[in-house]
Amino acid sequence: MDLSFSAEEEAFRGEVQAFLKEKLRPELSAKMKLGGAPSKAEMEEWHALLNERGWLANHWPKEYGGAGWTPVKKFIFELESELAFAPRIVPFGVSMLAPVLIKYGSDAQKKHWLPRILDGSDWWCQGYSEPGAGSDLASLKTSAVREGDHYIVNGQKAWTTMAQHADMIFCLVRTSKEGKRQEGISFLLIDMKTAGIDVKPVITIEGGHEVNEVFFTDVKVPIENLVGEENKGWTYAKYLLTYERTNIAGIGGSIALLGHLKQAARKRKKHGKPLLDEPYFAARVARVEIALENMKTTNLRVLADVAAGGAPGAESSLLKIKGTVIYQELTSLMRRAMGAYAAPYFPEAADEGFNGQVGPDEALHAAEDYFNHRKLSIFGGSNEIQRNIVSKMMLGL
Amino acid sequence: MEILIEDHQMLLNSATGYLAKKQSVAAFRALRDGDEPLGYDATAYRQMADLGWMGLVLPEEYGGSDFGYRAAGLIAEQMGRNLTAMPFVSTAILSATILREIGGDMLTEWGMKIAMGECVVALAIDEGAKHRPGQIKTQAVRDGDGYLLSGDKSFIADGMGADRLIVSAMLEGELTLFWLDPLEACFGTSCCDIAPQKLLDHRNYASFYIKNCRLNENTLIAKGEVAEKALAKALCAGRAVVAAEQLGMAKECAARTVEYLNTRKQFGVLIGVFQTLQHRMAHLYCEIEQTSSLVAQALNAIDENAEECEKLSRAAKAKVAKLGKLATEEAVQMHGGIGMTDELDLGLFMKRDRVLTEFLGDAACHIEWLLREQKI
Ligand SMILES: Cc1cc2nc3c(=O)[nH]c(=O)nc-3n(C[C@H](O)[C@H](O)[C@H](O)COP(=O)(O)OP(=O)(O)OC[C@H]3O[C@@H](n4cnc5c(N)ncnc54)[C@H](O)[C@@H]3O)c2cc1C
Repeated sequence: MDLSFSAEEEAFRGEVQAFLKEKLRPELSAKMKLGGAPSKAEMEEWHALLNERGWLANHWPKEYGGAGWTPVKKFIFELESELAFAPRIVPFGVSMLAPVLIKYGSDAQKKHWLPRILDGSDWWCQGYSEPGAGSDLASLKTSAVREGDHYIVNGQKAWTTMAQHADMIFCLVRTSKEGKRQEGISFLLIDMKTAGIDVKPVITIEGGHEVNEVFFTDVKVPIENLVGEENKGWTYAKYLLTYERTNIAGIGGSIALLGHLKQAARKRKKHGKPLLDEPYFAARVARVEIALENMKTTNLRVLADVAAGGAPGAESSLLKIKGTVIYQELTSLMRRAMGAYAAPYFPEAADEGFNGQVGPDEALHAAEDYFNHRKLSIFGGSNEIQRNIVSKMMLGL
Repeated sequence: MEILIEDHQMLLNSATGYLAKKQSVAAFRALRDGDEPLGYDATAYRQMADLGWMGLVLPEEYGGSDFGYRAAGLIAEQMGRNLTAMPFVSTAILSATILREIGGDMLTEWGMKIAMGECVVALAIDEGAKHRPGQIKTQAVRDGDGYLLSGDKSFIADGMGADRLIVSAMLEGELTLFWLDPLEACFGTSCCDIAPQKLLDHRNYASFYIKNCRLNENTLIAKGEVAEKALAKALCAGRAVVAAEQLGMAKECAARTVEYLNTRKQFGVLIGVFQTLQHRMAHLYCEIEQTSSLVAQALNAIDENAEECEKLSRAAKAKVAKLGKLATEEAVQMHGGIGMTDELDLGLFMKRDRVLTEFLGDAACHIEWLLREQKI
């Protein structure tokens, strides 16, 4: 691929658009468009539709029930889905755990867990971070001690997204205190219903509940739930972190939000004229639009590189930094465009049938969206850590 | 770096002591979690008046101390640091300034009550998403010896439970200020009602709509040039004092972040040793000091009745909007995941900051004015 898509890829794009048009419920995309978060039922509904079409695990090899898409096809699919305001595929099972199982899991593990990810039997969450181990993940302390045919797990995970919905958690645990810190870490699959697991909700600044603390007290985990070899978990975790990060910039989401913002700012009047015509505001919108167009080309360059056989290394850091900054600026502009209409506080606005809003529909989630998306530059390796990676890997500093 | 006259220093000392003890962020959190309908603690309001804060901008003969706006800004800054929820700006600054400008019997009667903490008076000027005090749709017409008032007002700070509302309206093509007793207005009937507005900062806000509500003759407290002048002065004062409050919040976020950089360890070291974080904190420090100068200058100009007080108060409000965003965003970012939680206070600062940025006009509103009026 060059910086444009081939005829075949363009045809594929049409196929994706047709699918979205046919299958995506207008009410669901309308809700997503206004910045609402999908409920668990809505995520399950979307996963089921994708799975039916064979597109859920689109990047898995075909032999495991995947579609075997190239990164380019995957990119096109994600771009179009975001443009249509479809829910995102929940990454934990499909995109984070599965690639590790496929590469490092035993046959029995692959046979058991992969189909359950596809049909939605298991919802997964990611148990990496701990209160003391965030950016410095290798300092994690949650321990797993072998006793007969079980591990006994003790410790605490932090910031576990969707743990409240999850059936299973994949965890990094310490199995050895010898040698380098990275060399005593193992990758364990743990059933959330096991005795000794306690999930405590953590409310974020916008009032939502998406993250949790997960406590482990003498939790018994069968040894067959160890992935790969003991003390090699760091290698697997790192593999996961570099895997398929070519859409980390979330270009589609930003393009969609920009369109939405412009529409809203055209409707809102300032001194009788559309807000979008106001030079101060228009300049900010123009600046972010230029950055976004620019980002799209950069993203295509990275994809072209991958298509030619390169692996996305530190380039994914570049995509993450630029992509999250753009998205955050867009949520900020949306909030600004709504003015005080974005200030009302309605934690109940996510509920069905809520009708207490003030101001236009676009205002409803504008503030919540802005506050919640402060997380983009913190999680998945903070933007500071990404810059450290760029300095080291790309610049040799 | 602050050089204060002795009176101001004493006032500041008493404010820091009192607020830390009685009106800290924890007190605000308790109000929020308790869903206190007034949004503030009425007992503490009296205590604040006993400390003399409600009469800072009122003349001594009306129960005030006439300490002035710079002094009020020092108090507001400390309230910002503590997220203190009190009808201070609404009553002691905006409404008291209007009364002071108008003078006469109104000032004699109500100035004293404000200074004593015996009433809350809220200013009802905004009508939509953006602060546009010069474009008022609320209309009054003469009706015998009284008036009929119709219109919508929203985002009225401390409007719920207020003893009086100062309402801006157009009468005979002129700006007019009405002194409304909510108990005598026809609120609660089919054509008029007042309701709480719940905003991100969990303070007391109200909105009301009113249709042909009959008001007595003596409810008109200013009209035409008098009203224009009084409102303009009050808005100057409000902008500068709110800027001081936001400045206090930015300072508190910065202080808490510095403390966190000096306690949180990752990679075996305090995260404060990372130069990238150091430089950003240094940048924030410079911005805070620059903004402090501008806020102080604006407050002094109001005390001196200087001509540039409008320009300076708008510049300060615009500048602090940028500072507040920078300070709260940097604080959350440098705290990492914990910064995103409701349990840590940073989110409370962030949300209050955004509401105050809209209150009395955002940066764009004031920069635009500066461009237009100052022909920059
Ligand atoms: C909403 C949300 C969802 C999350 N979901 C999950 C999840 O599902 N599973 C999971 O395991 N984790 C999850 N996380 C955790 C996330 O990965 C961590 O928050 C992140 O790694 C940062 O760690 P920390 O919060 O401990 O911050 P810290 O590592 O303590 O960082 C604090 C600040 O210091 C900076 N810093 C740290 N080290 C350096 C350095 N060397 N140089 C310069 N600056 C530095 C950071 O960038 C940050 O600004 C989630 C976090 C959030 C906010």
